[in-house]
Amino acid sequence: MAAVSLRRVLLAALVVVGAAFGLLKAEAGERTPVPQPVKPAAAEKCVADTQFMRRNHMKMLLHQRDETVHEGIRTKQFSLANCVSCHAVKGADGKPVAYSDPKHFCRTCHSYAAVRVDCFECHASRPEEKAKAANASDSSHDPALSALSAHVAEMKK
Amino acid sequence: MSDGGNDMIAPDRRALLKSAVGLATTTIAPGVTLYAFGVTQAGAKPADQPVTSAKRWGLLIDINKCPPGCDKCVTACSEENGWKSSGHPETDAQWIRKVTLRDPRTGAKREAPAMCQHCASPPCVDVCPTGASFKRADGIVLVDKHICIGCRYCMMACPYKARSFVHEEHDDQKVEAPRGKGTVESCTFCVSRVDAGRIPACVEACAAKAGAAMTFGDLNDPASDVSKALAAGASAQIRADLGLDPGVRYRNL
Repeated sequence: MAAVSLRRVLLAALVVVGAAFGLLKAEAGERTPVPQPVKPAAAEKCVADTQFMRRNHMKMLLHQRDETVHEGIRTKQFSLANCVSCHAVKGADGKPVAYSDPKHFCRTCHSYAAVRVDCFECHASRPEEKAKAANASDSSHDPALSALSAHVAEMKK
Repeated sequence: MSDGGNDMIAPDRRALLKSAVGLATTTIAPGVTLYAFGVTQAGAKPADQPVTSAKRWGLLIDINKCPPGCDKCVTACSEENGWKSSGHPETDAQWIRKVTLRDPRTGAKREAPAMCQHCASPPCVDVCPTGASFKRADGIVLVDKHICIGCRYCMMACPYKARSFVHEEHDDQKVEAPRGKGTVESCTFCVSRVDAGRIPACVEACAAKAGAAMTFGDLNDPASDVSKALAAGASAQIRADLGLDPGVRYRNL
């Protein structure tokens, strides 16, 4: 008796699972919470197309990271700072959200895939607010240049 | 500078140079022009080129021009690199600090900023078990936080107590100065600024708001501000007896 009822239960379970798979396949778009990260408005693609980036962004970041830290190569295209800057998602207060916010661009997928991101333990996860203003003031009144002229004045004494 | 030198060469000699070492001149020329006409005297290297040992960054600090009680260099560093006191002085970041030197016999007091001395033979690099503590080709000593395991051997090895451990989590880092819990950090000579042809934040602040006690530049270039200043008079290394050849030198110490 016991063996028969167990077989029945197993059969029923198999049927239920099979039905569930069928449903998922049929309505994958609606049922599975696939993340839909927001693309930056500025450009369609900066490095490569979306499919390529989904699979390979980590390789580019890893490659660039060693070149930057050890050799001082600071090209913008694969730089983490540039990624973070373009892919910034604005929160309710209109400011870019940090990685602690579930809306953060990187987090939308990484939470879904349960892959931990170490980057933001050290790196800033949002662009610097005053970056633009600082750059603007640099061009009009370059502090490095004024420091240099101070040096020159000092040397002439 | 260098273009003036080229113009002085007699035409026939110039032609000879062109034909004989044409390849060498073309490969060297871009670097030469860039160094000569960079943003500042520091010179911006192209962003896609690695740093080379042709340069060695150094700093001369004239203590006579360092006003007592002034901490403009320290606050500038703190703002630039996003570190601040946690309220626990024993575990605070040690990127740069003002130290007071007192002669016990005479009671004379002096103040000097102290930071990573960017040694040519850095003990912190010798002891690092992972290779995280390293010296860049241009002499800047850094921590690669990607491979730092936070063992703190380098902190023990450094005779200048120039390194510190990040004890707390941070989420407000500066874009150009990543720092995180579990890794060691120290003065970087504001490496991203230097790569962009600018000078470190402390040097800039000292020149703009204080006594212009700090001179930054390329020690390998005899025409740089810092080399000329070093050549003009005596300077001292801290713990010169250790033979580490620090990139930071002091005058009137």
